[in-house]
Amino acid sequence: MSTPSSAGTRPHSTISFKDRAHDRLNDAKVQRAMRNFNLAGARTRGMLDMENLEDIRTSAAAIRDRSLEMLDVWLERFEKEATRRGVTVHWAETHEDANRIIVDIARANDVKKVIKSKSMVSEESHLNGALESAGMKVVETDLGEYIVQLAGETPSHIIAPAIHKSREDVGDLFHEHHKTPRKTDPAELTMEARKFLREHFLSADMGITGGNFLIADTGSLVLVTNEGNGRMTTTMPRIHVAITGIEKVLGTMEDLSCILRLLTRSATGQPISNYITINTGPKAEGDADGPEQMHVVIVDAGRARLLGTDMQEALRCIRCGACMNHCPVYQNIGGHAYGWVYPGPIGSVLTPNYIGLEKALDLPNAATLCNQCGVVCPVKIPLPDLMRKLREKQLDRGLRPWKERAAIRMWAWAAQRPAMYALLTRIAARVGRTAGGADRTIHKLPGNGWTEGRDLPAPSGKTFRELYASRTRK
Amino acid sequence: MSARDRILSRIRAARGGASAITEIERARVDSTIRAHALGERPATNWEVLPRFRELCIRMASTYDEVATQADVPEAVARYLREKSLPLQAVAWPSIAKLDWTATGITVEGRPARGDDLVGITGTHLGVAETGTLMLLSGNETYAATSLLPETHIAIVPASRIVATMEDAWARTRDEIGELPRAVNFVSGPSRTADIEGILQIGAHGPFRVHVIVTTAE
Repeated sequence: MSTPSSAGTRPHSTISFKDRAHDRLNDAKVQRAMRNFNLAGARTRGMLDMENLEDIRTSAAAIRDRSLEMLDVWLERFEKEATRRGVTVHWAETHEDANRIIVDIARANDVKKVIKSKSMVSEESHLNGALESAGMKVVETDLGEYIVQLAGETPSHIIAPAIHKSREDVGDLFHEHHKTPRKTDPAELTMEARKFLREHFLSADMGITGGNFLIADTGSLVLVTNEGNGRMTTTMPRIHVAITGIEKVLGTMEDLSCILRLLTRSATGQPISNYITINTGPKAEGDADGPEQMHVVIVDAGRARLLGTDMQEALRCIRCGACMNHCPVYQNIGGHAYGWVYPGPIGSVLTPNYIGLEKALDLPNAATLCNQCGVVCPVKIPLPDLMRKLREKQLDRGLRPWKERAAIRMWAWAAQRPAMYALLTRIAARVGRTAGGADRTIHKLPGNGWTEGRDLPAPSGKTFRELYASRTRK
Repeated sequence: MSARDRILSRIRAARGGASAITEIERARVDSTIRAHALGERPATNWEVLPRFRELCIRMASTYDEVATQADVPEAVARYLREKSLPLQAVAWPSIAKLDWTATGITVEGRPARGDDLVGITGTHLGVAETGTLMLLSGNETYAATSLLPETHIAIVPASRIVATMEDAWARTRDEIGELPRAVNFVSGPSRTADIEGILQIGAHGPFRVHVIVTTAE
């Protein structure tokens, strides 16, 4: 079940969400880990000092929309400013192109060891595998990413990658890989990771980071971290390569300041993350530290396809994780059930759009549309609406199972005939009440597994329309 | 056609723009940038120095106030002795040149190495809203001094504490124009909660951040 291979599988083929979710629901370790997980509470407390939160969210959404509406012009401006400051800007149409560009930079500079700070885009492209195939050693430095890397798995949350691991799991991994006495105290484990990773920071030739944002005005790259590994990765090695998506550009530092207030509070409840690192070009004349080369790889890989469509709002995402932290489905199954890089509601929207609607059929349906995600999203992405639109697209393209399509057609037929609809619902309500028996509960639905783990409260015997009619008469 | 041009034209096609970026569009982006418009901000109904102190402490920094730079060596010595930390530090040259003779602390004005335990820096600006230090890299303002040592001590003149990050950017543009290689906003010690969501202080950066404000400067 939760063996490294199954937890880490990330098929580009079809994602079987149902099977994966089923496995996680029956996995005691995943269930225990998810009970410990409460970033939603931290967000609520973190927002208390912002009385005008709604106005700030509106402002942040407008800032993101402004970038997306003229994305090519903003990117061109970023490129111009970054280039002027000595950054080499690369463009990758696909994940494979991105990997090839980065492997080429590493080869050209005789790189042996690469340290990485968190990058979800590099998870999309399997960059670590590409670098390792080229003979380089790659070390993740975000503590959660490092744990997941040692385990041979993938992150289960975008900001808490190893949330599915217990301290005992981490103790076993460190004992095995560091050849040190086994420990399970989180403080001691963190210290041990610091010691081992410090060696890597000081000896690596190349640092790879993601990019939370690109700033068009100044040609800068913005990294948001709590551990300081983003700073380390961009300060110590002689080459820095950042990999990020085309949608991550902001206009100015004022835009950034506005967005940061929401990003850090939405993610962990902090008024600000411990380190906001803004890099503008490589080491300057006379600088004591910093890399000799700075590269930024801007990746499309399916993103431009969303522009100008009813999915464009998904590109506002600033990767805070609040939608998954508040999702009742995510809270019960964890991130691996979603089968690709981005879990939770935003994953249910991005994954079908990036890898193909037909490869992730369950994901837009893996939600109750309760709109918790829509309410907390700092940039007001209407996630339930987007999931509903994806469901409609699945139906339009004939991607739903025939039984479901037939059932919807039958319902539509009946719903367009009010008298017929009233009759059918009356029959169903009466039959349901009889089936409920003395305890008014249906214990077994025919031909359906739904009642295997729970009971269905029986209908009262009257339809809504009957009750409504009797009340308006009174 | 390069990958760059293909990506940009894919974006243009999606937004239904003309075949190439026009000068009018470039001018629109340029004027948006020049306006440096502020997004909606939370109320700043607090005084700058008390807020800075409160938020430094909330972000798990420790905090002290002295009158002027001349009082800094003694305050540093007091802090290091209280915490039983080594009486040996690396510092930015502007700090190393203070008079440390009476304190018994050895202060070297050089970039930090991996094994230095205490690093002392100045601060470009303080941000009151979040208890944040804004540090700029440079010839004599080494980035690693606030990063590699286990303890980071930062000296902040009270006159250089601004209310918000937006204010910090406006003032930085006025004072220095172009950004240096690295701008680091530091708010308290390094932390992680990656093992079972339990907060640990001191992941990769310093375990301790001690802020000393010089109130008369």
